[in-house]
Amino acid sequence: MPKNNKKALGKERLIWMYTQMLRIREFEERVKRTFVEHPGVIRGHTHLADGAEASIVGALATRDESDLAMPSYRCHGYPIVLGTSVKKMMAEIYGRKDGLCQGFGGSMHLADPAHHFPGTSGIIGQAIAHATGAALAAQVKKSGQVIYCFFGDGASKQGAFYESLNMAAVWKLPIVYILENNQYQVYTRVELEDANAAAGDPLSQKAQAFSIPGLTVDGTDPLKVYEAVGKAVKRARAGLGPSLIESKFYRFSAHGNAITVPPVPTQFPEHEAIETYGRKAEYAAARARDPILLFRKKLKSKGVLSESAAKQIEDSVRAELEQAVQFALASPFPSPEEATKYVYA
Amino acid sequence: MPSEMMYAQAMATAITEEMTRDSSVIFYGQNLGMTDRDPLVRKFGKSRVRITPISETAEMGIAVGAAMNGLRPVVELWMSEFMLVAMGQLLNEAPRLRYMSGGQIKVPLVFKAGYGFAAGWAGQHSNCIYHTMMGIPGLKVALPSTPADAKGLMAASIRDDNPVMYLHHYMTMLDKGPVPDGDYVIPFGVADVKRAGSDVTLVATGWMVTKSLAAAETLAKEGISVEVIDPRTIAPLDVDTIVQSVKKTGRLVLVDQAPRHASVSAIIAGEIAEHGFHHLKAPVKMVTALDTSIPYSEPLEKYVLPSEEKIVQAVKSVLGK
Repeated sequence: MPKNNKKALGKERLIWMYTQMLRIREFEERVKRTFVEHPGVIRGHTHLADGAEASIVGALATRDESDLAMPSYRCHGYPIVLGTSVKKMMAEIYGRKDGLCQGFGGSMHLADPAHHFPGTSGIIGQAIAHATGAALAAQVKKSGQVIYCFFGDGASKQGAFYESLNMAAVWKLPIVYILENNQYQVYTRVELEDANAAAGDPLSQKAQAFSIPGLTVDGTDPLKVYEAVGKAVKRARAGLGPSLIESKFYRFSAHGNAITVPPVPTQFPEHEAIETYGRKAEYAAARARDPILLFRKKLKSKGVLSESAAKQIEDSVRAELEQAVQFALASPFPSPEEATKYVYA
Repeated sequence: MPSEMMYAQAMATAITEEMTRDSSVIFYGQNLGMTDRDPLVRKFGKSRVRITPISETAEMGIAVGAAMNGLRPVVELWMSEFMLVAMGQLLNEAPRLRYMSGGQIKVPLVFKAGYGFAAGWAGQHSNCIYHTMMGIPGLKVALPSTPADAKGLMAASIRDDNPVMYLHHYMTMLDKGPVPDGDYVIPFGVADVKRAGSDVTLVATGWMVTKSLAAAETLAKEGISVEVIDPRTIAPLDVDTIVQSVKKTGRLVLVDQAPRHASVSAIIAGEIAEHGFHHLKAPVKMVTALDTSIPYSEPLEKYVLPSEEKIVQAVKSVLGK
């Protein structure tokens, strides 16, 4: 697989981006399929990033090696791009000993500090403050790091969002806030809960409250995200402070798997657009603008990606994730008495 | 060589010494280091000593993230109740992240605040809310009662690799006492016998240690020998030292400024019921605040809180006097 080692968007880099998008999609599809193929293997609540691939990859393609990615609990996509083992990720989601966090965290709490992914919070919006703190540490230590803080449209109504952005602006912290507007806050349509959306305005308008740059970008196009985030990162690294980027795309899966009480099995319901709001046309239109399809088309038309190369990437990603699933299924459970480890450092 | 200093000064000394020792320690809070004349700003600079807006969720959450990325933040929160507006960061973020990551990260930070301000601060600024934090695995809680403990526990809190709630008692801030010079670190989970005795064991924290020692002095004049134990940290809690004392005295009085069911005393009573029951010659007695909010007017406030007189009575009652 091509390495994440070049920032200029040459052919190799574009194919790397496309490959990462595909890996995220395949990972999420295999997680989703697990609910059907291996019922009961995934416990609790799982949130998928299908639809967010272009936004995640476009943003993270701008980073320097020591920069940190600090997202919310919808966290599978980022570490895949950062180089985390998808085998360990899948094993964690299956609650196994070989999991990324040895079965202590699960889907919502993946962490891989060795790959610049220090951890996530399952409580909406709270990690915005953590990312801001990581940026404070970068500033105090003069580490040169920029922190990539990812969160959803729903999280932007939390106090942690307002308090953190205010402090980051006052202190000119090296952080980029990437508000992933996937149109639905849990089950609620964004215009029902967000003042800007209700008024027909972009959510990036919130940046004005902190006197920082705010920009809305098409999150289905990795190149547009790359450009917008790249500018914000440059600004942050130069010591000019934070920016807010609203990246607009559509979440293809429901908020999470259905909340059921054991022994009732759980799996992913239909997307809220269909299940709750009866907006089949809206959902179909969003799927027609699948970021992976769009990017593949663009790369093919530019002559960057041949039919055979596309097929080869697909096959290799499929095989990689099949191996991840088999690895996770074969991994043993942790020993129960390990549960008291890691309470204190 | 120990120096005589005030409790508040001892805490400040520890912070200054730790900031000098370790450049990863930073200190911030509301209305703190406001001008270039501030002694800490002059010594450590504006990068490591910062003023914050009134934003507890961000102040505490930022500490969590800064700790995840290599710093040791000390957050001045002034009053423990201010943490209530950011309970998620305190109870559900800082102490959970290490565990959920399977031990991959650590979150070394200190949330510092005063508590128990029994000086007419009324319902929302004089409470004892530490009980809420003592059952949170991953979180440590220190409640120093003397200037020496204030210094030694602050140094320990800053050096610890876990999130620590450091709660200083407002009513002891001006107390003077000997404080060891230089490196002085009190380990977590080690109780201190503040006064040795043989008839009754008294366990208290913070300002209640002061009141218990005064009660013990009064009782000594009547020939009653009281042992006063200060757990100093309530998470982890040194149950063993209390059990050993009860083994000797056979009688236990627990003093706590918190309301009865939100007290450390209730937890200790449970531990002694399990681990020290066979040593007891009389039922355990708890002297706590009444189950009310803290009233403003002085006679009302006094009535609600434990006092030296109430402690003396309780000790006598477990002795059948």
